[in-house]
Amino acid sequence: METLAIDTNGSFTSKDLDSGMDVKWCPGCGDYSILKQVQTVFPELGVPKEKFVFISGIGCSSRFTYYMDTYGMHSIHGRAAAIASGVKASNPDLSVWIVSGDGDAFSIGGNHFIHLMRKNFDVNYLVFNNQIYSLTKGQYSPTSERGKITKTSPYGSVEEPFNPSELALGAKASFVSRTLDRDPKHMQAILKRAHQHKGTSFVEVYQNCPVFNDGAFFAFSDKETKKEEAIFLEQGKPLIFGNNDDKGIRLDGLTPVIVQSQNGYSTNDLWIHDEKDKTKANLISRFFDTTFNDTHFPRPFGVIYADERPIYEESMQRQAEEVISLKGKVPLNKILSGDKTWNIL
Amino acid sequence: MNVLQERKEKISKEVDNIVIRFSGDSGDGMQLTGMQFTDTAAFFGNDLSTFPDYPSEIRAPIGTVAGVSGFQVNIGSSEIYTPGDNYDVIIAMNAAALKVDLPRLKKGGIIVANLQGFDKKNLLLAKYPEGVNPLEDNSLENYIVHKVDITKHTKECLADSGLGIKDIERSKNMFVLGLLFWMFDKPLDSTVRFIKEKFAKKPAIAEANIKTLNAGWNYGDNTEIFTTQYKVAPAKLPPGTYRNISGNHATAIGLLAASEKSGLPLFLGSYPITPATDILHDLAKYKANNVKTFQAEDEIAAVCSAIGASYTGNLAVTTTSGPGLALKTEALGLATMLELPLVVVNVQRGGPSTGLPTKTEQADLLMAMHGRHGESPLPVLAASSPSDCFETIYEACRIAIEHMTPVIFLSDGYIANGSEPWRFPTDDQLREIDVKFLKEPNGDNGEVFPYRRNEFLVRPWIKPGTKGLEHRIGGLEKENKTGNVSYDALNHEIMTRLRSEKINNIQYFIPDAKPDSGEENAAIAVLGWGSTYGAIKTAVKELLQEGLSVAHIHLRYIHPFPKNLGELLLGYDKVLIPEMNMGQLLQLIKAAYLIPATGLSKVQGLPFTTNEIKEKIIELLKA
Repeated sequence: METLAIDTNGSFTSKDLDSGMDVKWCPGCGDYSILKQVQTVFPELGVPKEKFVFISGIGCSSRFTYYMDTYGMHSIHGRAAAIASGVKASNPDLSVWIVSGDGDAFSIGGNHFIHLMRKNFDVNYLVFNNQIYSLTKGQYSPTSERGKITKTSPYGSVEEPFNPSELALGAKASFVSRTLDRDPKHMQAILKRAHQHKGTSFVEVYQNCPVFNDGAFFAFSDKETKKEEAIFLEQGKPLIFGNNDDKGIRLDGLTPVIVQSQNGYSTNDLWIHDEKDKTKANLISRFFDTTFNDTHFPRPFGVIYADERPIYEESMQRQAEEVISLKGKVPLNKILSGDKTWNIL
Repeated sequence: MNVLQERKEKISKEVDNIVIRFSGDSGDGMQLTGMQFTDTAAFFGNDLSTFPDYPSEIRAPIGTVAGVSGFQVNIGSSEIYTPGDNYDVIIAMNAAALKVDLPRLKKGGIIVANLQGFDKKNLLLAKYPEGVNPLEDNSLENYIVHKVDITKHTKECLADSGLGIKDIERSKNMFVLGLLFWMFDKPLDSTVRFIKEKFAKKPAIAEANIKTLNAGWNYGDNTEIFTTQYKVAPAKLPPGTYRNISGNHATAIGLLAASEKSGLPLFLGSYPITPATDILHDLAKYKANNVKTFQAEDEIAAVCSAIGASYTGNLAVTTTSGPGLALKTEALGLATMLELPLVVVNVQRGGPSTGLPTKTEQADLLMAMHGRHGESPLPVLAASSPSDCFETIYEACRIAIEHMTPVIFLSDGYIANGSEPWRFPTDDQLREIDVKFLKEPNGDNGEVFPYRRNEFLVRPWIKPGTKGLEHRIGGLEKENKTGNVSYDALNHEIMTRLRSEKINNIQYFIPDAKPDSGEENAAIAVLGWGSTYGAIKTAVKELLQEGLSVAHIHLRYIHPFPKNLGELLLGYDKVLIPEMNMGQLLQLIKAAYLIPATGLSKVQGLPFTTNEIKEKIIELLKA
């Protein structure tokens, strides 16, 4: 994906974002990379440091807040989105970042997740998806694959996992993206896009848990497998993947089909990525399960969908201004007296 | 209409107070009729107290006992504190209404019965035995019964109106209201104004309603069956300007007042729940007054959004009822840990679970006191009457802001929906609310200490966006002063005690307890909290007039208690605590002061009657 150049406003550096707290994630945890990329990108966003607010829930991911020298609240399990709604509604001037994990966002916080997407506050929602409950030491999560062996599923999970991007699109998200801990450049680009997007930006980050679910996403970053297993979406570009960039995806009606250049297909035949096309975004979001006749599709990364629509706090503010111009502020004495009074002498 | 040529002779009777019960189907418009009557009586200068009593179904099965919707009003020429134990007048729109309300009609009381509501079908629906019609047997001989064919008169009156039968039927409550205005000698103009405003865009409907209202009045004036007009003289209330107010509206405007006086924007995160929803309805109208209302996806999101708004420096509020408060408890633990101001309004209803959603109860006191995980004390305040909701919620806001703590404000369905005249304050009579935000580092060497406390152990409030004060707060235990995460054993004990002591310190910022009526050191103190105020006040007042040694103490501040409460209670031989629960304040008082208090418990979804309390006091005095 294209990296958009933004001038550093020079007011602070990545180092200034270090809160000085000891970072206590396990060695090799993917969260370190996410922290690093956020600290790298933030000075370039043109937002004064004191305007950043991190709101996190509970889980390994949610400790993130403590490590950023910004404003932040490490809250309760699943509720970060709800708290962030109140923060943004009451002070739209703040740059609000929600940090959550797959359990926090999609299980205990599932209701707040979908409603945040629907309401479309201008906030960013980072979900560190490691497909496992780690802080409680290894139970299956709502994104764990069927059959997953964990402490609570010793014979394999019998549950169908959520597909987070499909869930977000179903909840009317205005920005849906995916990136991964082991691709710093890609993550930085996505974080910037998320910040620029006006509306709720959902960023799913594939994050390795070296202790309880090691290697869950390595296929998407290891040199040997990456080009076959992952497809990196770029606006206006054809969907190409494969070891020799020899595979592509075309649309046959509403069915995505994998084609190969050796069979006479050229890039002109391929699906051109348009992140504003909701129908196509819905199809892309479903690449990774078995929706399409068991065809094994590469996992999509990048901005799957991005389109702007009315933002909650702006609509709220505009409505207040309309009421002010229409009716004006009611004086407190008028509120106290109401419409009907009588005197007793 | 039966218009007589000559004016009939009218008897006029002066009465001190009169209790009227408007009773009919949920769809009969009894609430509106009752409120219109109330407004007019209030405007005329009567003191009064109302009690809307309705089923939880919007339109329960028509004609059944379950579907009866009642509105009770007690109007008086002296001070009135309760809607009255028993009724002087019942307006029974159907047989079911009479069946429900007859047991509380005084002997010799008046029944105005809508004839059509006593036809075969309605009698059957009300489950009267086959062939029994209370209007036609002698079962009502101890009462004055007026059988009025309200439906027929309304239809006749509106025959030329061009309205459909449905609209005509809907006007019949105006006939009743007109008749009542005649019976109690009240003018029609306030209701005429109301009708014109309400149906400003439907002049035909407005005209029909006004015509029916007048027809009802004329019916009373002209027909032979109504011979007596009852006059309730204006009450001798303290001089001043009054309005009528319900508890929920008083709560809403109390929040608006606290927002304005503190200079803080008001944020309400709420999820609709009976009987608290009216507060959200009310505040949603005040968008021009720096008010943001956020209808959250659930009760948890409601309180959490309010915590978010408090974090940014708003006066943050969440409104709910018992089941909602249960859902909010984890977030209240967070707010206690963060030490952020937050006002939680709990309009109590009958529980547990869905319980009696439209009926009243005081059974959430112990949940408010203790219903959180860990040691998480917070202030609890309770309003005692509809108008007291204003002052009490204002106090709740002040304490939350000045002491950096979540506060629970308890109201209940009885005072939330009930109303009374209120000598409202003006802007300049309201106490100031002191708000300070930290703007500069508060450490001696330029550090930021979010949990460095003042002499009353209150931490600073810091708005995100303030340059140079970036810091993190969270639910994990924090190191004293710095607020950094700390798992240190002794630090946890220090912090737990600091949080508790901070709340205890509030007792130095609230008034001492004193008897509301009666003397200190009397034989018996009746100690109440919340909406039992009116019934206790009236009971004690009446017993004092009889010369008994009794006093009434009423608590607004339940946590912490006023600092002199123990001493005050020890001065009485006996302490009686009436509550609409199984004895929750009783437990708290016994635990705090080791006194042998006696409880009086009622859990029927209904407020105490004055008599119930009087009888218990007398029983205790004799014991």
